[in-house]
Amino acid sequence: MKYFDEYRDGSIARALVADLQKAVTRPMRIMEVCGSHTMAIFRNGIRSILPDGLELISGPGCPVCVTSASHMDAFIAMADRPGVRVAIFGDLFRVPGSKGSLANASSRGAKVDIVYSPMDALDLARKHPDDLIVFLGVGFETTTPTIAATILAAKNQNIRNFVVFSTQKTIPAPLTALLEDPALRLNGLLCPGHVSAIIGAGAYVPFAEKYKIACVIAGFETTDLLTSLILLARQIGAGEARVENTYGRVVAWEGNMRALKMVEEIFEPCDTEWRGLGCIPGSGLKIREKYREFDAEARLDIPLTPASEPKGCMCGNILKGINTPRECPLFGTRCSPASPVGPCMVSSEGTCAAFHKYGMDE
Amino acid sequence: MCLAIPMRVTEVHGNPDDFSTSQIAVVDADGISREVRLDVVDHWPNVGDYVIVHAGFAIHSLIEEEALKNISLLKELAANMPQELLT
Ligand code: SF4
Repeated sequence: MKYFDEYRDGSIARALVADLQKAVTRPMRIMEVCGSHTMAIFRNGIRSILPDGLELISGPGCPVCVTSASHMDAFIAMADRPGVRVAIFGDLFRVPGSKGSLANASSRGAKVDIVYSPMDALDLARKHPDDLIVFLGVGFETTTPTIAATILAAKNQNIRNFVVFSTQKTIPAPLTALLEDPALRLNGLLCPGHVSAIIGAGAYVPFAEKYKIACVIAGFETTDLLTSLILLARQIGAGEARVENTYGRVVAWEGNMRALKMVEEIFEPCDTEWRGLGCIPGSGLKIREKYREFDAEARLDIPLTPASEPKGCMCGNILKGINTPRECPLFGTRCSPASPVGPCMVSSEGTCAAFHKYGMDE
Repeated sequence: MCLAIPMRVTEVHGNPDDFSTSQIAVVDADGISREVRLDVVDHWPNVGDYVIVHAGFAIHSLIEEEALKNISLLKELAANMPQELLT
């Protein structure tokens, strides 16, 4: 399909790089909010061609990385219960809590299944009628509708041995927290592609207005990312702060109403803890009373106890854009993708993992 | 985590307004056919449209024309675009 070739065309990309050089007329700091963008920017070599003066900072948009150690401990405690089988996205398997990971739990006999979709967890429930299947919900606006739809399907199909432990989070809440912090001195936000497909480009208007920050929504191809950086640099250079959308083929201004309605039916906002950022009011989503039978926290009594972060790990500051991985003394020595210390190295979308995979020689 | 590649829809099943029916599409991704859920897709797709898929669910459907929409913006932006690309 012609579509792919154009978005990946090398000569178009080269022309865009030259445009980006011209657009960066003063020092500027831009945060790429989403972990998939962090990876795409490294993979496409964009970091190595950034003009002097343009600083790219990685944000809090890696769902595994922001899952707190106390949530990980609760996940592991649940997996250790007899009669429970937990279903997770693969990235979560090796994330450390305060005492080991789900991988450790699995090697001592806990039932841990890696699934590709929350719907697969429902298949597990059918296959293992004597186990209670607990899906560990970790993700942002893109994942939440898929979990909501799965809960609704479980209800429609009368499946009783399926529950969700929701640590679902929303992206605008931590952005507010970060933008309130003057230490960050951000000029622009490279806004997520698929989170925005759900919440809509319009969701960033309050940020552009209140914090006078340029916002551009981007896709994942080289030309998408370069185009978005050019628009951001031009806005910043001209002292403007607006919302622009270069991913119009996927992101509508008002978002995905069907998905938003589904989420609204099943979930309601709650306060939740973010690794590195602490508790952010209203930033989480919990299952409504009406769907209590699918809520792991209601069905199983799982205490959330304060837990310490892995010793020496700076993920908290990295998620806030205050430090870069190379400033962590463990980076590349005691902490590597083969033996990770913190979640930013475990997750394939984590900033430390990205720096390690692509940026060691930068 | 985000798979950005649109997949072509080859079959559509279920009723968009009735969640008790199985809302499923069969998609083709690089010659491999797969089932995806349509429960949370923004617009109900037709055969021949494309969908963006996340964790086994289509979250967005688009027609080919839309897929090409940004290309005009791209060309506009690259002021020093080589002439042969501007045709
Ligand atoms: S390099 Fe490892 S220990 Fe250091 S901040 Fe990153 S994940 Fe944590």
